[in-house]
Amino acid sequence: MGMAAESQFHVLAVDDSLIDRKLIERLLKTSSYQVTTVDSGSKALEFLGLRQNDQIDPNTPPVSPGNHQEVEVNLIITDYCMPGMTGYDLLKKIKESSSLRNIPVVIMSSENVPSRINRCLEEGAEEFFLKPVRLADLNRLRPHLMKTKLKDQKPETQENPELEKQELDQIDEHLTLEPPSSQPQLDQQQSQQAVASNNKRKAIEQGLSSETDRTRPRYSGIATVV
Amino acid sequence: MLGLGGDRLWADMNRLLAFLFHQGVLDEQFLQLQQLQDHSSPNFVSDVLSIYFHESERLLSNLRSLLMDREFWDYKKMGIHLNQLMGSSSSIGAKRLRNVCLAFRASVDHNNRPGCLRALEMLEHEYCYLKNKLHEYIQIEQQRALAAGVRYPAQNN
Repeated sequence: MGMAAESQFHVLAVDDSLIDRKLIERLLKTSSYQVTTVDSGSKALEFLGLRQNDQIDPNTPPVSPGNHQEVEVNLIITDYCMPGMTGYDLLKKIKESSSLRNIPVVIMSSENVPSRINRCLEEGAEEFFLKPVRLADLNRLRPHLMKTKLKDQKPETQENPELEKQELDQIDEHLTLEPPSSQPQLDQQQSQQAVASNNKRKAIEQGLSSETDRTRPRYSGIATVV
Repeated sequence: MLGLGGDRLWADMNRLLAFLFHQGVLDEQFLQLQQLQDHSSPNFVSDVLSIYFHESERLLSNLRSLLMDREFWDYKKMGIHLNQLMGSSSSIGAKRLRNVCLAFRASVDHNNRPGCLRALEMLEHEYCYLKNKLHEYIQIEQQRALAAGVRYPAQNN
């Protein structure tokens, strides 16, 4: 780091539960992120449409009247189970949008459903967090944010391209060399999953491993999704 | 500096938490809440707990209404309320209450009327207990904040 001025990353958090919004907001602020919280997927898209650029809705002014600064969203973290638009629906919409698809998306869920986790990762989610989200989980956000920050700076500033590539390589290294999670290793079930990167596999491990400090029954197939 | 009052309160708080952990009422997620509280957010825990009490009472009231309906039991709605209650309980570390919700949900999933009625009673009882204990915690916390705010040595009273 140390290239441009250290500006805070801005995270958009989406959750219909007020308590969980309070929690994630506090977690993110403690980790020095700027946070905006919304309570639904549709409000999230609204926020992204108004702020990010005017491609989504060309009729709105590019800069909101009450906010003279350009508000950029660097990461979206969303609950899976929400009434109306689920986190998965939101993820799909974001990945389908030419202007938004590069924003990393993280899914949170209180339920440990492997098929759900896979679906989200395959749709392009960077990580899948089991709730309740802990401070330690947020450390996994940094690499994704760093990647987009570097990508963003490319057209704007004349940075040394070689230096940038080095940084990207370092980040890739960081992703692959990250030590295994402290949670117990999985059985062969997870090795069947075809995953693109170690990082994603770690997310599945995190999602599938039986957590020794919490007794939480697994729910696969029971229809609790709203 | 904390006087003797502050130390005693600190001990009281830890004793209460240890007791609740031992009973399985709370789990380490509650400690996460504590950790998130600092000088920039000094009332975080009590703020979150207030929201939790408010939401939980609303959900419990809804569940009771659904079960009191003589004709039609909306199992689907019950499931939704229970999921919400489970989620928020899990988020604050209310392990035992969350487990009672699980049992309730099992009855809902099996359309088990007597099971649901029993589960609701258990849930209300458990919530009552939890709320009392958490209020105790909040009281100690408030006293500690007062003790810390005092600039001269605390008088023992």
